[in-house]
Amino acid sequence: MSEINFIWYTLLPSLLEGAVITLQVIVISIPAGLIIGILMAVGRIYGNKFISLMCTGYVAFFRGTPLLVQLFILYYGLPSIGIFFSPFMAAVIGFSLCSGAYHSEYLRGAIQSIKIGQMMAARSIGMNRFRAILHIILPQALRRAIPGCSNEIIYLIKYSSLAFMVTCVELTGAAKIIAGRYFKYMEIFLVVGAIYLIVVSIANKFLNGLEKKLRIPGLEMGK
Amino acid sequence: MSETILKVQDIHKSYGDLEVLKGISFEVKQGETKVIIGPSGTGKSTLLRCINQLTPPDKGCIWLNGVELTDHKVDINKARSSIGMVFQDFNLFAHLKALDNVLIGLIKVKKMEKQKATELAVEELRRVGLEDKASSYPAELSGGQQQRLSIARALAMNPKLILFDEPTSALDPELIGEVLEVMISLAREGMTMLVVSHEMGFARSVANEIIFMENGVIIEEGPPRQLFSRPKHKRTGEFLNKITELYGESGK
Repeated sequence: MSEINFIWYTLLPSLLEGAVITLQVIVISIPAGLIIGILMAVGRIYGNKFISLMCTGYVAFFRGTPLLVQLFILYYGLPSIGIFFSPFMAAVIGFSLCSGAYHSEYLRGAIQSIKIGQMMAARSIGMNRFRAILHIILPQALRRAIPGCSNEIIYLIKYSSLAFMVTCVELTGAAKIIAGRYFKYMEIFLVVGAIYLIVVSIANKFLNGLEKKLRIPGLEMGK
Repeated sequence: MSETILKVQDIHKSYGDLEVLKGISFEVKQGETKVIIGPSGTGKSTLLRCINQLTPPDKGCIWLNGVELTDHKVDINKARSSIGMVFQDFNLFAHLKALDNVLIGLIKVKKMEKQKATELAVEELRRVGLEDKASSYPAELSGGQQQRLSIARALAMNPKLILFDEPTSALDPELIGEVLEVMISLAREGMTMLVVSHEMGFARSVANEIIFMENGVIIEEGPPRQLFSRPKHKRTGEFLNKITELYGESGK
């Protein structure tokens, strides 16, 4: 009986609180990361030398350093130059920046797989470069990038647990606190693992559905 | 004849050390159809792309209706919207249905109202015989249908001139006819066209003039009858004989 009471009145409420934070983190970081990824990929391919170099540098930094180091810089490092973020903000910014770097690689490949003739045809009817990228290149490239970007989104859901390292008490953090207090690591982390698995499964199902819904004959990868 | 629509003067273009165009000059008048022929690698496609500035020439001038396109101050996007281009491999927008391929220029470039644009796009589809394919994606169409769709896309912008870059070279022989038919009826309706093609039947029946290019220069230009029966240059005669043999006279 006491086990059930423990689960119901102690464990679940605090895990739920953590899960809500986790969801908030990923719901903001996923679109923010995608937008950064699109900007970086477009900047690298279509930008002038300077912009292209900046974007390449960005991607090299965020893919080349551990996410944990990036989070520590954001949360513990930046205050020394007068920039302060709340734990939640530091986590969201860190995840968005890092995830954007990975998305940009998937998108860059997808953009480069679009035949040059698409850009030429768009320009030939009078679109400027920006419009051609927006209306012709990106709608095709984004579709092709869905499998890769989905992968990154799934990763993001899981590495959101690193938010706890900058004291943002999300799902994993909440679990760690309560597991330490009651010394029930095994049970609690099995439950936490199951929750992540459920979230990832739902995301996976959604992303697969999206890929199917947006599929266009002739636009499949490798064509 | 009537006024000059396109004037090309002394166009040069090099890729690295290779000079592809070595001073090309000619004019196209309102309502004329000119066909450019010549061996592959002669710079015909490059010349077309120089005209609408997709590939800016290194030297020389191009005027469209008296506006100098090679002038850096000119709004090249606006100018391009009045020059249609039909590509060898169609380059239809793969993510858009047939109707939207025709619509997108009207809506995004010409800023036309959706309903009016749709009416116009449907009309252009009908003009090329694709009104029943409005909701098909390019990949669901045959090569001939794709090329007719790309002609409709160009026509919708109400161009002053359409450039055709080997429009039938990527097609199966039995699909060439339907594309040539559309082009022939355009020529007869008075559309101004500059066509790179080896379809001699088409050239003979609708071209006002044929331009024979080789190694980046124009060897000879003149009415088809003249080029076929008494070319000024031996090379022109040789080439014409060879491609007539190779490609036959389909589309006559």
